[in-house]
This record gives sequence, C-alpha cells and structure tokens, in this order.
Amino acid sequence: MSSKPVLKTDVKNPLWLLAELTYDCPLHCPYCSNPVQMSERKDECDTETWKKVLSEAREMGAVQLGFSGGEPLLRKDLEALVAHASELGFYTNLITSGIGLTEKRIKGLKEAGLDHIQLSFQAANADENDLIGNKRHSFEQKLAVAKLVKQYDYPMVLNFCLTRQNIDKIADVLALSCELGGDFVELATVQYYGWAYLNRDHLLPTKEQLVAAEATVNRFRDTQGDDEPKFIFVTPDYYETRPKACMNGWATTFLTVTPDGSALPCHSAKILPLTFPNVKESSLEKIWHEDFSFNKFRGLDWLPSPCRDCDEKEKDFGGCRCQAFMLTGDMHKTDPVCDKSPDHYLIQAAIAKSKQPRENLFYRDPKTDIPVHLIQE
Amino acid sequence: MATPKLNPLYKFQFEKAQDAFVLLYPEGMITLNGSAGEIIQMVNGQRDVDTIISELVAKFPDVEGIDKDIHEFLDHAHEKKWIKYVE
Repeated sequence: MSSKPVLKTDVKNPLWLLAELTYDCPLHCPYCSNPVQMSERKDECDTETWKKVLSEAREMGAVQLGFSGGEPLLRKDLEALVAHASELGFYTNLITSGIGLTEKRIKGLKEAGLDHIQLSFQAANADENDLIGNKRHSFEQKLAVAKLVKQYDYPMVLNFCLTRQNIDKIADVLALSCELGGDFVELATVQYYGWAYLNRDHLLPTKEQLVAAEATVNRFRDTQGDDEPKFIFVTPDYYETRPKACMNGWATTFLTVTPDGSALPCHSAKILPLTFPNVKESSLEKIWHEDFSFNKFRGLDWLPSPCRDCDEKEKDFGGCRCQAFMLTGDMHKTDPVCDKSPDHYLIQAAIAKSKQPRENLFYRDPKTDIPVHLIQE
Repeated sequence: MATPKLNPLYKFQFEKAQDAFVLLYPEGMITLNGSAGEIIQMVNGQRDVDTIISELVAKFPDVEGIDKDIHEFLDHAHEKKWIKYVE
C-alpha cells in the first residue's frame, strides 16, 4: 500500500514541548524511562540552543512546556530558560525529583515565572523511597521541597511511579498526598520503556496487585473532601486489551527534544531504527513538517493489518511504535497490547515471565555494565 | 453579591494558535469558546456577578438572554473549579 505524502497543511503544529535538559540525575530509579544508552553531558545543548528551540516551538503554537531530564535542576541555566519561556508565554512545568531544589532556587524560579512544579516520590516512606532511588535522605529532602512548593504558591503535582515493589502500600501514598497538599497526584503504574523495559520482570505488578490498588483508590475517592488532591490512576497497558493512543498519534501534538538536541515525536522514539534530526542543525518548523521520521507514522495510511480494517483505528492509531518495536522487532506492526494483534501472545508471555525474573535488577546509572544481549533483545 | 476569582491553579491567556482564550493548568489546557472567554476575562476577584453582567450587556447589547448565559457558565466554571467565590 503506497502512502500518500502528508501535505504541510494537513499537519497540526505541536502543542507540547518536552525539553529534556540533561540525562544526569542524582537518583537511580530502576523504572526510569530514559534510554539505557544515554548521551553524555558534554553533548548537551547550550543555553542559546535551548532558547532558540523554545522560541521556535512557541512561534509554532506550542503552549505547554515541560522541563525534564534526568534532573533539570542540574542545569545551572534552568532559571534563565524558564525566564525566556515565560516571556514567550509558555505554561512552564518543572518535572523534578526535588533533589537540589533549595529555597534560593525555588524563589529564583518563581521570579523567572515558573508556573508549576511536579515532584516525584518513589514511595510513601523513607526506607523504600531511598532504596528505590538508591539515594539516602532523598525522602526527607522531598518532604522539605513539597513544603516549599506550597509556601511559594505553586500548583503542585505529586508523581508516584508504581511498581510491584510499592503498589501494595498505595493507601499510604494517598494519605501522604493529602498531608502534603498536592493539587493533582499521578499514580502512574510504570510503563515499560528504557530502564523500566530492561527491569520489566522485576517491576510489573501482578493483575491482583493492580486490581486491589485501583479499588483502594476508588474507595478513597468516594470519601474525599472537596479540597483534597485529585488522584489520577494510570494503569500499565500490559493488562489492557486495546493499546493506548500513544502521544495522541505520532507527531500530532507532542515534540520532545533530548539533551543532545535530537528532536523526537515521543521521548522514547530514539530506540527505533529511524534517523532523527537535531535542533542544532535544523529549525523545528522544518523538522516537524518535513522530516522523514516525523512523517513516517503520521495519519492512518501506514497502518498494518489488523488495524487497517479496524473500526477503532481512529481511537488508538495502532498504539505505540516503540512498544511494537521492542516486543516484535518491527516498528510497523500493531502494538501487541491489542488482543486483535497476532502478536498479543508476547504480552501474555511477558506477564508470565515476570513472575520469575531471571536477570538482575539494574539501577539507572550510566556506569552500569549491562549485558549486551539485554540491550539487543 | 458573589464575586468570582480565577482559581490560582489556572492561568488565563489568549492563544494565537487556537485563536481563543484558554485556561492553562499543570500539563493541560482548556480551550474556551468566544463567550466563555469574554466572561472569564471579566473575572478578577473585584467585579461581582451583577457588575460582570452589566458590563457584558453594555458590550454586547444585541445578545438576548445574556444574563442567563453568564449565570449558567459561571455555575459550570465553579463546578469545574476554574473559578472560586471570594469569601
């Protein structure tokens, strides 16, 4: 089936820019979605390049901007970038572990115009939190940061990544979230990309754990007061029978720029056998509208069977390209999460395999020596 | 008389790309239609509901039933927590 060239006028501009400022991070969570092979700090974009990227994205109509990483606080120019983004009229989100967020910086970021802080926790108690992030005293630092975020009047989103290790204590997570006064709380069952994919057999909760956790959250919601946090429960798609509408469709809404300047339609796409352009060499406008890889999975014409003839294709666009690639080795296939996919057995096999992990658990650390067969799998 | 103000969780601005007023919040955006945008624009924690109605009636004298529309929208906005009423 030949694919129709996508005309520039058919393509909507991005609304969301995710600026991954650095892969460096003081924490080492095994569920991190960053790539296992991370670029080095010396290859990071400089301040002027980031400012150019922000200006170009805003000019195209992007309005939501996430400063992420790694840990974006490790960039000394974060305040300068926030100030630039704020002047451009972005809604600026800082997505942080909280480590290194001193009162001086939180005040400086407020003055620069930062709109919102999303603070991650690894668990609702110090021992488990510090073990999962592999950093001592990180829990107490996060508690202090949460107080500062409120003190400086930021909207606060709390993010808890749920795995087999911490999901059973979700009631504690709900209680802590209320105590800290989060506005929104993401209870995000980990999705299996990057380091999380490498460690999937250890991290994937059982179906029973998931059902119990969701029931606890629903019971809690029923009794919640009006001023308490809004809880958002994200289920892992391994237990679904239809794939997620990944990124709202390939290159329709989201644009990620990685620390070294690669422009991607999603933060995981670099694993795909495609060449992605770099913002150091090209404008975002040109990248978004003309780049081969950005056009590759746009629209519905490229869809494989069984998606091609499926009446749900406009809901999920065939699912996630990275997941199709990781599980089947072919990025063109239907996301195997879908139970109409001939490859759906791979998801079921992964769930079965996770019950008895054979490999070690790897902490996210660029110095970790990962057996080659695991990277190539 | 009740005086509405914007919930500080939301940021209100005009977006050229949408050609509309929007409410921005952590990682999200609500695009407002023309009349919703006009009403939220008047919400500042100073004007009470009657003042908002009279100013919008003056601005759009040909629109019938504008007061009912404004009440309905403000109820909706309050339910969605986009606005709060000043104590």
